[in-house]
Amino acid sequence: MIEFKIPELGENITAGDVTRVLVSVGDTIALDQPVVELETDKATVEVPSSVAGVVRDIRVKKGDKVNVGAVVLTVDGAPATDAPRAQATPQTAAPEPAAPETTAPSAPALPPGPTRIVPMPGRPVPETAPPPVAPSRLDGERPPAAASPAVRRLAREIGVDINAVHGTGPAGRISQEDVKEHARRILTGASAVPAGAPAARAARPLPDFQKWGEIERQPWSNIRRTTAEHLTHAWTTIPHVTQFDKADVSAMEKLRKEYKDQVAAAGGNLTITAMLVRVVATAVRKFPQFNASLDGERGEIVYKKYVNVGVAVDTDRGLLVPVIRNADGKNLMEIAVELHRAAERARDRKLSLEEMSGGGITISNLGGIGGTYFTPIVNWPEVAILGVSRTAMEPVFRDGQWEPRPMLPLALSYDHRVIDGADAMRFMRWVVDAIEQPFLLSLVG
Amino acid sequence: MAESFQVAVLGAGPGGYAAAFYAADLGMRVALIDEEKNPGGVCLYRGCIPSKALLHVAKVVDEARHASDWGVTFGEPAVDVDKLRAFKQGVVDKLTGGVGSVAKLRKVTFLQGRGTLTGPTSLKVSGPGGETEVRFEHLILATGSHPTRVPSLLLESPRMMDSTSGLELPDVPKSLLVVGGGYIGLELGSVYATLGSRVSVVEMTPGLLPGADRDLVGVLEKRLKKLFAAIMLNTKVVKVADEGSGIRVTFEGDVTEKEQVFDRVLVAVGRRPNSEIPGLEATRVKVDAKGFIETDGQRRTAEPTIFAIGDVAGEPMLAHKASHEARVAVEAIAGHKAVFEPQAIPAVVFTDPEIAWCGLTEAQAQAEKVEIEVAKFPWGASGRAITVDRPEGLTKLVLEPGTGRILGVGIAGSGAGELISEGVLAIEMAATAEDLKLVIHPHPTLSETLMESAEVFFGQSTHVYKPRRKPVAGGR
Repeated sequence: MIEFKIPELGENITAGDVTRVLVSVGDTIALDQPVVELETDKATVEVPSSVAGVVRDIRVKKGDKVNVGAVVLTVDGAPATDAPRAQATPQTAAPEPAAPETTAPSAPALPPGPTRIVPMPGRPVPETAPPPVAPSRLDGERPPAAASPAVRRLAREIGVDINAVHGTGPAGRISQEDVKEHARRILTGASAVPAGAPAARAARPLPDFQKWGEIERQPWSNIRRTTAEHLTHAWTTIPHVTQFDKADVSAMEKLRKEYKDQVAAAGGNLTITAMLVRVVATAVRKFPQFNASLDGERGEIVYKKYVNVGVAVDTDRGLLVPVIRNADGKNLMEIAVELHRAAERARDRKLSLEEMSGGGITISNLGGIGGTYFTPIVNWPEVAILGVSRTAMEPVFRDGQWEPRPMLPLALSYDHRVIDGADAMRFMRWVVDAIEQPFLLSLVG
Repeated sequence: MAESFQVAVLGAGPGGYAAAFYAADLGMRVALIDEEKNPGGVCLYRGCIPSKALLHVAKVVDEARHASDWGVTFGEPAVDVDKLRAFKQGVVDKLTGGVGSVAKLRKVTFLQGRGTLTGPTSLKVSGPGGETEVRFEHLILATGSHPTRVPSLLLESPRMMDSTSGLELPDVPKSLLVVGGGYIGLELGSVYATLGSRVSVVEMTPGLLPGADRDLVGVLEKRLKKLFAAIMLNTKVVKVADEGSGIRVTFEGDVTEKEQVFDRVLVAVGRRPNSEIPGLEATRVKVDAKGFIETDGQRRTAEPTIFAIGDVAGEPMLAHKASHEARVAVEAIAGHKAVFEPQAIPAVVFTDPEIAWCGLTEAQAQAEKVEIEVAKFPWGASGRAITVDRPEGLTKLVLEPGTGRILGVGIAGSGAGELISEGVLAIEMAATAEDLKLVIHPHPTLSETLMESAEVFFGQSTHVYKPRRKPVAGGR
């Protein structure tokens, strides 16, 4: 019998919700065959099997939250004999094998105490030497974690590294509550509070909404939670400024209509957003501080020599931001095709984490729905985001008379620690000019 | 005859019997195996307990002598060695018998005999009751340690003693040489000196009690210099010879008389783990270069069914460390994520005065370049110490600068062994000097010295005027 466990899924991904089980007991599965679909913090992934054989037992079901390392299923592997067992007891005297599977935890639970809140799983089968359980450090580099023995025990029981817990007590003392809060943060995918950071504000109690009528409660999905955490971080750390402008899109619209069938034939969709990706990609080469990140720890600003543009995509499960890589080196056709596919993949939950990382600046276009202006939140660790609303015909005073022109409302939010207001205005003007005179891109881009 | 157990424990000292009892309390079927008639091990039979009985008597003798300073004269004490030995034996019998009956009450199967491992899940016990085959799911090795034997001191002579025979108290020799200035040598040397022997101590290193902070040792040394005929530091014994009427000892090092004759010689140069367990090679258990069985944080050996605790599993070789490890190992067996991770293991030298310390020592901080602050409270300022005429003590805290977190505690003085537990608790609870100073301590007691040393840290001790050099943040 061979177990298949959830493998490493990516950086900082420790758990996911099972959205689909793709095999059944009795199925014969091959190596790399997807066996389960997981919704992780950022993406839905199909997990391929690293084992082959006949499925004997499936240990997860839809809706389960599983951690990396959890057993998904077991298969009867190829020649399943008792050979490995014999190897484990290299004794000529041939003592009875330990028969570990039958030795379920024989002890009753320890006396109930305040720390014993987590039910213990069965004792691991001592088939091979267990992973070493290291005691917490007692070396000279730093004093041991400021936690009482009961708190340290609680941390160990629930799998929290006590040295990573931020203590809120005097002299940084760690309470049971601190350990539980840390665990909650890990489980919700939020990053743990770095040492020295202010304690997370305790949630304020909610009123009883049912007093006023019927309600329905739904689980807060991983994507929503991650988005919330991410945006809270961005909103609380970045001093935001948002400024507005309008661009006349007559010329761009004309080009779009002219070439959209050609792009469609290539499998793309020539949208304003795709064209804006191209414009912004060129703009950040002119204004490198818009393709930067602030490293406060080291007191440095990181300028990126590559141009990756993120595009916010609305899906039924929340906001996802696929990234168009090296957008400055791609022509409009390539960008339109790539963006179209990325958006489709996002809506089909096929977007990989890799496809959503590494952005340098983001475009968020809500124009398809409507609106005039909005104030987007900068997609940290980026420093700028361009918000796009719906084009509307407006009277514009041109060449001594009023003319109806299609005007595109633009909002640029930026991190004022990195970008000055005047530079932001110059950047915006450059973008507007490029939209109004698309030829500029070819001329100076 | 074969018997099956969930847990077998080999060795019934304070580690082994604690493990067996705890496992039984958790509902497991337990076998406890030892060569003695009752559980107890070295600690109860020939270590902590008998030595403390003798040290108690020595203290009474000493106080009786000192009573003349306080206006009460008892005359020179007459020591009846047989009766004293009987008292000590009574203490041992009472305690070991008590532990034995507690084992019965818990339905622990006590098997008297020598255990030989026959594989990772079985052993056999040969004892007075014949041979018993024991099958186990888990085994806890708690085989303890024995006094170190040094080749140059190997001499077949009734005048040569180790800690075991020294505690048998064969007589009170006129002169006694104690080889080794560690805690065993000093404790036994104190007993014999108080009973009337001329005791000399020889220690290879430059100081008594290597490892302990010097200021604490200084308090004891002052008194030992009066009690002992000689303390020879930086000195080695290179030869011993039985001359019939005594042992001729040849020294090398910082001593003028290179050859001296003693009625008896007590060798107390440390202890070695009992890891030469018959049949151990039938398992995957690994033994390190120093003879300790290698274990992980849960005290599990390289053989997953076998655990090791106590002296055989590593330093410090102390009974209370063994009992704590016992509970960790049993909890691990029961499937809990227990790990041996004390932040302070107290060490106590039961001389008079006693020395006790726990957590980080000043010497250790210096060696590891850990920045610390030290706050000391001399017992000369303690009302309680003065009333019992023992003002020579010292209480000190080793603190983390800034936070004032208590990292270590050291105490030298009468009753230090009882006082140190408050320090252990403080360290384990991550208490700060401020916590300690805000806790009301009863007056007049020696425990106040802990509170007052915390006050010294803030330059605000009631009974010691020692203003702080720099103001404390927060205006405490």
